[in-house]
Amino acid sequence: MTPGAPGAGRTALATAAAVRSGRLKAAEVLEEHLAAIRARETELHAFNLVLEDRARAEAAGVDEAVAAGRDPGRLAGITVALKDNLCTRGVETTCSSRILEGWRPPYDATVVTRLRQEGAVVVGKTNLDEFAMGSSTENSAFGPTRNPHDPTRVPGGSSGGSAAAVAAGFAGLALGSDTGGSIRQPAALCGVVGLKPTYGLVSRYGLIAFASSLDQIGPFAGTVADAALLLEVIAGHDPMDSTSLDAPPPSLLEGLDGGVEGLRVGIVSELMNGVEPTAAAAVEAAAGALSAAGAKVDRVSVPAAIYGLSAYYLIAPAEASSNLARYDGVRYGLRAEAPGGSADVAAMFAATRAAGFGDEVKRRIMLGTYALSAGYYDAYYGQAQRVRTLIIRDFDAAYRSSDVLLSPTTPGPAFELEAKTSDPLAMYLSDVCTIPTNLAGHPAVTVPWWPEGSSLPLGVQVLAPALGEAVMLRAAAAIEAGAPPAPSAPGGGS
Amino acid sequence: MAHLARLTLTPEEIERFTAQLAAVLGHADDVAALDLAGVEPTAHPLPLINVLREDEVRPCLDRDEVMAQAPAAEDGRFRVPRILGEAP
Repeated sequence: MTPGAPGAGRTALATAAAVRSGRLKAAEVLEEHLAAIRARETELHAFNLVLEDRARAEAAGVDEAVAAGRDPGRLAGITVALKDNLCTRGVETTCSSRILEGWRPPYDATVVTRLRQEGAVVVGKTNLDEFAMGSSTENSAFGPTRNPHDPTRVPGGSSGGSAAAVAAGFAGLALGSDTGGSIRQPAALCGVVGLKPTYGLVSRYGLIAFASSLDQIGPFAGTVADAALLLEVIAGHDPMDSTSLDAPPPSLLEGLDGGVEGLRVGIVSELMNGVEPTAAAAVEAAAGALSAAGAKVDRVSVPAAIYGLSAYYLIAPAEASSNLARYDGVRYGLRAEAPGGSADVAAMFAATRAAGFGDEVKRRIMLGTYALSAGYYDAYYGQAQRVRTLIIRDFDAAYRSSDVLLSPTTPGPAFELEAKTSDPLAMYLSDVCTIPTNLAGHPAVTVPWWPEGSSLPLGVQVLAPALGEAVMLRAAAAIEAGAPPAPSAPGGGS
Repeated sequence: MAHLARLTLTPEEIERFTAQLAAVLGHADDVAALDLAGVEPTAHPLPLINVLREDEVRPCLDRDEVMAQAPAAEDGRFRVPRILGEAP
């Protein structure tokens, strides 16, 4: 969190405790965040929509419950920002796309229902790369989000709005979605904690689909403990998502400060190659902190990880080309008239999609259509699926000698706006360290790491095997405790 | 591809996207070139097969709320341009 930002000195856990005990009003907490939004939102553009009136009503409801002696829940009075690909009933949900502009979903995502049940206050819907396709939030149809630590730079993406909202103190917590790194990469570039859960741990009901075998919803927070709190609330089986794991929700906060004595930590050699020296140095320093705390650090190899990026950019577009076929101008969103007044339904489909989708979405739909087309299916999509098997095998082998793995979250710090917009491949490379996790379906978390003297944060990524969130967070908490302090003067002022 | 994907593209878009997609596919050639005979493909991270629920009537989305979001609707149904070539 940006030093000096409202709520910077108070974790979400502390906020909820104070609100539940009546020492702090949810209304006061909300007004602090709304003041921060008024001060910097025009500059940063983290939100597509700020729900000022609704949030005030929700906060008042929390305060009334406390006054009446009822417990509002574990997130009492905590402001939460939602990535604008999470459905909110009656509240515009756009995916930052013209094709869904003005759409009001007829239902809430399961995660939104769970937030409300625990007393959270939803403060707004955050900007993203259109349909979560991008690594800088520059692919939004409504304009880019800027990095709170340096507004000439990107916040990362695709959940750039959620990362910036937490970093700028616009919200105490946020939710995003991570298909190839879309939570962890922006969290790293904005200096906050971001976590992608095990595939199936969090219900995807009401998350607008991008690549269904990879997508997971996860938390952004100022601290590792706050991320654990939010994950505990949103995790758990949901009959509305057939890929939801039928397992009891994990207990994460308990034992979080248990330390790392004897923990086996492996630095992934393949993910240290080709990154900027500062990113590699941050991982070495974090490993040093773990080692000092009693962990046993080694180098490990996940050889197939080097093929992750190529496999991902076949699998994710293939699934996207299928998922995004639903935007046809019939049931929701935009409908465009075919040129020349053609009354043909297929011409209407093509005109609607041409007018409603931005460049990156069009590129990925075509790439996916190609990868799935007759004659190329096995060479591209089939091969990518086999690589996915190799990556899972190599991770399984690495986890025989390590409890958790360590890598940079990104190859370097936040880049300047427009630095990579004309070269999609260069943009894709910023997800090289995060993608293997999604292909394997494993969890991973990024912890902020500020190199000494730098005004821009980096992230150290902790990876764990499926359902290894508890040990992963314990290691993350130890890294957080050993990390250098954030600079006292934030780059963008506050 | 644009036709298969139901996208109308301008000549300028076709030229630009062709070059950009060629670069991405060039990067993917390292995957296409691997010898992976005998490796089973992974379509999904979870070994889920036929997740079913009880066959019972449950509440569903409100019809009026759903139809209110459609670009064109009539009598509780989605209205679309003509699908067949000839008017009846």
